[in-house]
Amino acid sequence: MPDLRTLGAWAVQTARLMIGIPDYQVYLEHRQTFHPDEPIMTYEEFFRERQDARYAVARGRLRGCC
Amino acid sequence: MNALITGRNGVQTKLLWAGIAALGAVSFGIVALNRGETISAAWLVIAALCVYFIAFRFYALFIAEKVLGVDPGRQTPAYRHNDALDYVPTNRYVLFGHHFAAIAGAGPLVGPVLAAQMGYLPGTLWILTGVVFAGAVQDMTVLFLSTRRDGRSLGDMVRSEMGPVAGAIALIGVLLIMMILLAVLALVVVKALMGSPWGTFAVFCTIPIAIFMGVYARFIRVGRIAEMSAIGVVLLLASLIYGKTVSEDPQLAALFDFRGETLALIIIGYGFVASVLPVWLLLAPRDYLSTFLKIGTMALLAIGILFVQPDLKMPSVTRFIDGTGPVWSGSLFPFLFITIACGAVSGFHSLISSGTTPKMLENENQVRMIGYGAMLTESFVAIMALIGATVLEPGVYFVMNSPAGLIGTTAAQAAQVVTGWGFSITPDMISQVAQDVGEKTLLSRTGGAPTLAVGMASILSGMFGGRAMMGIWYHFAILFEALFILTTVDAGTRVARFMIQDMVGSVIPSFKRTESWSNNVIGSAIAVAAWGYFLYQGVIDPMGGINTLWPLFGISNQMLAGIALILCTVVLFKMKRERYAWVTIVPTVWLLVCTLTAGFEKVFSSTPAIGFVSHAWRFSDALSAGKILAPAKTVEEMQRVIVNDYVDATLAALFIAAVLAMAVYGMIGIGRALGTQRVTTAEVGDVDAVAEPGHA
Repeated sequence: MPDLRTLGAWAVQTARLMIGIPDYQVYLEHRQTFHPDEPIMTYEEFFRERQDARYAVARGRLRGCC
Repeated sequence: MNALITGRNGVQTKLLWAGIAALGAVSFGIVALNRGETISAAWLVIAALCVYFIAFRFYALFIAEKVLGVDPGRQTPAYRHNDALDYVPTNRYVLFGHHFAAIAGAGPLVGPVLAAQMGYLPGTLWILTGVVFAGAVQDMTVLFLSTRRDGRSLGDMVRSEMGPVAGAIALIGVLLIMMILLAVLALVVVKALMGSPWGTFAVFCTIPIAIFMGVYARFIRVGRIAEMSAIGVVLLLASLIYGKTVSEDPQLAALFDFRGETLALIIIGYGFVASVLPVWLLLAPRDYLSTFLKIGTMALLAIGILFVQPDLKMPSVTRFIDGTGPVWSGSLFPFLFITIACGAVSGFHSLISSGTTPKMLENENQVRMIGYGAMLTESFVAIMALIGATVLEPGVYFVMNSPAGLIGTTAAQAAQVVTGWGFSITPDMISQVAQDVGEKTLLSRTGGAPTLAVGMASILSGMFGGRAMMGIWYHFAILFEALFILTTVDAGTRVARFMIQDMVGSVIPSFKRTESWSNNVIGSAIAVAAWGYFLYQGVIDPMGGINTLWPLFGISNQMLAGIALILCTVVLFKMKRERYAWVTIVPTVWLLVCTLTAGFEKVFSSTPAIGFVSHAWRFSDALSAGKILAPAKTVEEMQRVIVNDYVDATLAALFIAAVLAMAVYGMIGIGRALGTQRVTTAEVGDVDAVAEPGHA
């Protein structure tokens, strides 16, 4: 059974992913591990990039369901 | 890694499931066999939950293990293409929330409310049967197929599995659905806000609030979502409370008191402007607010129903199953199945299941929880909406949902007509309810949202605040529905614009450049004009518009579900799993039978209330005889009614043609798959797979 802190972290992650913002920490670790020589977006850049991406219909992101 | 097999064989487990089955059977018996007495909504909730548990534990597991053959050892696109942005292996509970938030919308809230005119039983039965055997199967299977194809979209998969023509038909189908969906949802908002300064004020306030939030999160405190949302919610509640003051001040109220036609034009203008603005300014912040509010309100409603346990006052079955109902025309088959679109099966979900979700799935074996499970949750939302509508006095329900053309425009007339139908109500009762929720009138507030709002207000005020809070709760419910419908209007207009640009762009290449501002303005104008036409037509329709547009929407949504399920069936045959293909064939056939029958009736029925063509003929005959038929007042209006009828008939005919064409392509695909011994579908990620070039 996950403890309260884990549950809380999940709740925050869920709320953020619901509006299309994945976990920044995961992104950071991913870039540091696999692409250490490439530039890494700051959280601010990451947020803006994800915000735009959520509604980029041309890239297959369909929003608006019924 | 999670194995699929969940606690098998234990005697305790068996007893537990036997207990759930027995409890479900008993509650179902109470729900179904009750005659004449009111029953508690709790029985409906228990019956539904038991059905969901059993379906999830047994049927969904069977589909995952046997039919689809999910392989927990197979790499998912989230790992294969991991970029920590689009493709991210995501905890299944977190992903469940993401997926549910993406599929949940206004559909399951409106359809069941409209279906309540036949009583609570027919709607309940279809919501439960539909979700278990059709809706959840579709969502899960499409999610599975897309996961095995690198998260490709439905349109892509139809093209590669069934050919380019089938792919093009599917895309045109999606565009047509978008048009009707936007028109009908905007109509729901118009119907909810007309003549309601309180609601209109609160909904208008969401625009500056969202813009403030947008600027805040983009520039002032970048990406501080929690802060921004908290500020947004507080401002939203403040405008909701201040709305009461606005509605009580005659001068202020006059500023926010609009007729339906004006509201329609405002929403059309809004849709145009919003869709050409940058997304961060209005669309994104509003989307955040509406998402959180939607999830929060649904949870609140669930708690309210469990806590208050209201009685269902609507009879289990009303006399309107014969097709003479005032809310929408047509008999139980096929129109009930068309009306309850999203809570039972929704074609739209196939677009979401092949969108962002498959790119974040950690393991194939989670398609059951996320695809099937999220759809069961959506179905539960539909059950709650049905409860919200049926806890009202049936008289109140019919007064609110019958068009003015049938019940007149005064409380006295309406009470007389509705009492004549066998649902006794007095003019005083009608005025009392309107007064309780802070509205001038509730007559003919069609579209589902106001009915659900009164239902929610009566449930939630039973928990907090009592009668004094009814007005706040009612307008809160209206605000919450309007907020996410307007988000859909904005987002949907962008989707329609893109599809129009894509299609026109194949003829005029320069039109394809979506970064061009003028292209976007022209594209948005075309998209808005298309749905705006149907919206305006619906607003001036004396039968209330919902009567005409909702069945068209239902047919189109079921049609898309049919297309998605045909794809699933074809792929099962190509995977050489035809032994289990009945799992998708049965719902496909049922959906095709429903959409085709409903489509044919909408076009050809000789009853003018149902058939568009016979309705047009009635008006042309009258016109040539020099008569003016109500609701039209002039010859021009008569002609407009006739044109609208033919446009609607053409649209219904297009839906029929698309469904038939897809069925033919489906058969061809199945025939080809049966003609060979090999697996003929191309999947990605199987370590043992031998590449088979040249096979689409």
